[in-house]
Amino acid sequence: MQRKTSAISAMVATAAVAGLALTAPAQAADLVDYKVVDDWTIPESLTGQPGDPVNGKVVAIDRKLGNCLSCHKMPIPEEQFHGETGPSLWGVGNRYEPEHLRLRIVDSKVINPETMMPAFYRVEGLHMVKDGFEDQPILTAQQVEDVVAYLMTLTEEEPQTN
Amino acid sequence: MNTTFKAMAAAIALGLPALALTTGPAFADEMAEGKWGEYQVGDKRSGYTYAGPETRAMQDDEFQNPAMLWLDTGMSEWENAAGDAGKACADCHGDAEESMAGVATKYPVYSEETGKMMNLEQRINFCRTENMQAEPYKWESDELLGMTAYVKNQSKGMPVDVSIDGPAKEFWEKGKEFYETRRGQLDLACTHCHVDNAGNLIRAETLSQGQGNGFPLYRLKWQKVGSLHRRFRGCNNNIRAEKLPYGSDEYTNLELYVTWRGNGLPIETPAVRK
Ligand code: HEC
Ligand code: HEC
Repeated sequence: MQRKTSAISAMVATAAVAGLALTAPAQAADLVDYKVVDDWTIPESLTGQPGDPVNGKVVAIDRKLGNCLSCHKMPIPEEQFHGETGPSLWGVGNRYEPEHLRLRIVDSKVINPETMMPAFYRVEGLHMVKDGFEDQPILTAQQVEDVVAYLMTLTEEEPQTN
Repeated sequence: MNTTFKAMAAAIALGLPALALTTGPAFADEMAEGKWGEYQVGDKRSGYTYAGPETRAMQDDEFQNPAMLWLDTGMSEWENAAGDAGKACADCHGDAEESMAGVATKYPVYSEETGKMMNLEQRINFCRTENMQAEPYKWESDELLGMTAYVKNQSKGMPVDVSIDGPAKEFWEKGKEFYETRRGQLDLACTHCHVDNAGNLIRAETLSQGQGNGFPLYRLKWQKVGSLHRRFRGCNNNIRAEKLPYGSDEYTNLELYVTWRGNGLPIETPAVRK
């Protein structure tokens, strides 16, 4: 991989594309710095704290926060209506380490620029954001950590129905 | 009532009685096999084909379809003289069933007068201000929704046929760009939901192709009839994107693009959706 990039250069690159680098210097200041390795992982906790899987589940379900169920099937039978525009998250804790999941949630467009999945911890490069939501990431840094911790508990594989 | 007769005539023309009258398992089978009759043209599928059976039944049965109330408003407004010119639509256009048949299939159209695209709502209000010297109807008023639905209903069953030739081309390009541009905090374009994921569930909703051929339509969630621009605002809002004003140039260009995507689908107004 040619790009062993730091968070700073990744952010500058994104901001430069959007033409924001010089016009909005203040906005990224609220987001904590993080380091992307190989366009594939964020090795360290955004907050330096471990995540809380119990709260992570709440965040994942909440329609105003993660709202992950709008797109993903998850092992949460008590919630009705699981979406199917993304892959099932059953067993996702077996397939990934926390550092992979962290980047997926922070900004999955680093991994796949075409993806439908929103970046949950990014504010640059967005257009026509509704009043009241500008310059705010969807989740806080700790909420990202909580969701990562919750996803790591999802080790049960989806039962085959047919 | 002549609308009843007309709907039946349109249904016969479309070969729909088989769908409308067959109930029970045969009906379900037909749907399961993906034979959507006039509601599917090549790869293009009306929102009707993604709707649940109750919603479809409500649309099909003229006595159950709640949008008929708005059509009645449109029909009486048609005859209603208003404005300083003291004229009604009927004074210039006569019988809507004759003069308006097929008209809505062409909208939005390029307008020489304004130098931009004009959708049906804007055309109706243009007639009001220019030809009747009356106040324009307000967007989402029962009168404007009713008149738009009434006029569009005169083309029910006829294929959508908007032109993107000549001066319309540049507006179509703007609409296409809007359609394909990510926006909002969720950073999604119309394409992500209505092209890449048509037929997939997004939570409890089955995504459709986002076709415009049934608008204005009755939406159960709204408990009333609403315009295509209202639907655009809703979709923008859901991805936490700025909602643009009703009748804005951006939405009218987007309407041109969305309508063009559905060229060939029959006009369904007034449709019913969840
Ligand atoms: C609007 C749709 C959408 C939402 C909302 C969404 N995702 Fe995704 N997600 C996707 C798609 C589509 C993919 C497939 C991979 C890709 O597109 O790059 C994906 C992939 C993933 C993956 C990788 C799965 C695998 O097996 O490779 C994980 C983990 C994930 N999402 C977690 C989440 C979590 C947790 C949330 C909520 C905080 C969430 N997603 C919200 C659409 C979404
Ligand atoms: C996050 C997903 C999402 C995005 C992005 C989105 N929509 Fe929708 N849209 C929906 C859902 C859900 C519905 C209701 C079910 C259906 O008909 O697809 C809907 C319905 C519609 C309908 C009504 C179709 C009918 O037959 O009743 C139209 C038209 C439409 N959308 C247009 C658009 C346009 C134009 C854009 C972009 C400006 C857009 N949508 C962006 C989710 C989305």
